[in-house]
Amino acid sequence: MTVDNNHPAALSVSKRTPASNWVRRETFIGWLFVLPALLMYAGFVLVPFLLTIVYSFHRWNGVGPMKWVGLKNYITVFQVPDLLGTIFNAFWLVVWFSFIPVGLGLVVASVINRVATGRFGEVARTVLFLPQVIALVAAGIIWGWLFSLSGLINQLLKIIGLGSITRAWLGDFDWALSAVGIIGVWVLLGFCTVLLSTGISKVDPALYESARIDGSSWFTEFTAITVPLLRHEIGVCLTVTVIAALATFDIVYVATAGGPGNATSVPGLQIYILAFSQRNIGLASALAVMLMILVVLIILPIQRLNQEVK
Amino acid sequence: MKISRSELFAGRMLLLVLMTFTILPFISIFMTALHPSGTVPGGLEWPEHPQWGNFVDAFKVANMTTLLISSTRIVLTVVPAALIISTMAGFAIGLLRIPGSGVLLTLFVFGLTLPFQGIIIPIYILERAVGLYNTKLAIALPLIALYMPFAVFWMRAHFVNMPAEVSEAARVDGATTWDLFRRIHLPLAQAPIASLGILMSIWTWNQFLLALVLVEDPSQRTMAGALGAFQGHYATDVPLLCAGTILILVPTLIVFVLFQRQILTALLQGAVKG
Repeated sequence: MTVDNNHPAALSVSKRTPASNWVRRETFIGWLFVLPALLMYAGFVLVPFLLTIVYSFHRWNGVGPMKWVGLKNYITVFQVPDLLGTIFNAFWLVVWFSFIPVGLGLVVASVINRVATGRFGEVARTVLFLPQVIALVAAGIIWGWLFSLSGLINQLLKIIGLGSITRAWLGDFDWALSAVGIIGVWVLLGFCTVLLSTGISKVDPALYESARIDGSSWFTEFTAITVPLLRHEIGVCLTVTVIAALATFDIVYVATAGGPGNATSVPGLQIYILAFSQRNIGLASALAVMLMILVVLIILPIQRLNQEVK
Repeated sequence: MKISRSELFAGRMLLLVLMTFTILPFISIFMTALHPSGTVPGGLEWPEHPQWGNFVDAFKVANMTTLLISSTRIVLTVVPAALIISTMAGFAIGLLRIPGSGVLLTLFVFGLTLPFQGIIIPIYILERAVGLYNTKLAIALPLIALYMPFAVFWMRAHFVNMPAEVSEAARVDGATTWDLFRRIHLPLAQAPIASLGILMSIWTWNQFLLALVLVEDPSQRTMAGALGAFQGHYATDVPLLCAGTILILVPTLIVFVLFQRQILTALLQGAVKG
């Protein structure tokens, strides 16, 4: 990047001192401003990121000597069903944490825009957003209780006459992962709704008005105006929620600890167990690197979608 | 406006159902927290004799006073430090547009996509090696660093939109870069700095993984970090666990209600611009 000559600072002072000297001095001072942030970021994020990659090629218990093993850790991840399973679980959670909140959020945002533009819509947005500000650990504990045998979910099922399907949802091999997914919907729906409905409020109202004068149905309006014009916001929602899904840790750690068996184990939890309980730093790091690659692979196409719009 | 009565009804019903879905869990744990300690009540029933004392008990057994102090100290270390260094960086990148701004910004934005798990292992090992592990700074330093991507991006978005005339006038009056930052732009950036500060305070309060991994003693962790340990001890005492959970939720909920507008603006603007 070159120095922008139209920049006001450069203009005003160049009258007094030779421009090149001044620019050099100013560049130096500018970099001093960035330095603290950059050093912290490099020391606690970038360097660790590179070290994770290095560790992933070694066998290491964290204290003894490191032993270079090449790609062996990565091969292990692919060979051990329990490890590979965590990645499949993560994909299933993407459906719950990402697709459902974004899809439902779009519907809710457009409903608010059509039938609840006033105070009611405002209240709905705020209420739906509430779970977003509480600790995910707390969300895990709350839902751990709701999903238990005597908890709210089973109680409600009994009331509507579905008493026969009650169970300890988080302890059920078939249902536990989806139950964790529902916690994700609860946490992320508000974020998507608020972001998307902020997006809708920026859409030219004339578009909606003319559609309504024509008597357009909610569905026509939704597919013809809302979804296409909110592509940027949808991209943002997808990015945030996909990362949340793939990196889930807190909720699973407290609600199920990965169980029953490995039914709800996700990479985020498995990395923690491998590294800090089993002291297998290399394998944990390999799984972490794969998780990061996965995030990038899924995020990149979404980002590209974003840029085409602009 | 041609919106049919049935659509109006269906739409409002949908919103009501979803609001209930959101609120019911809070009501359920609140009611459960009021049952006698050690019992297993139903999910939604008002107790005959509400045990308000459960909150006091949970406060005591969870060592809440120590935790409040520890959490507050972590917040008071992390948030001001993160605010200062990210504002300075955002100023240099967004307003001074120093050579290399684009690269710097890309570098920081990269961090937005990085899951914590990708860096937690080396942080743990590095902190053990340099003696930071299990100290007060063990959680604080990495957190400051982890906030940089969002914080720098957010502050840069503010500075990049400042009208050039403001800086120009100050320059003509002979202001140095530091004056420009300290006297002119820092006061003008109060609103975005406040929003960012509130947001980072909540994030710090709620931080779990770093607290769990980097600090051994639960009473030296963040509130959320300690909640995990509390759950380990009281998993079978549902009312007490619910009471403890509520105690930890209340501060963030209060902050949210008070600063709703700032929180939403920062979170949404930051996300959209990201």
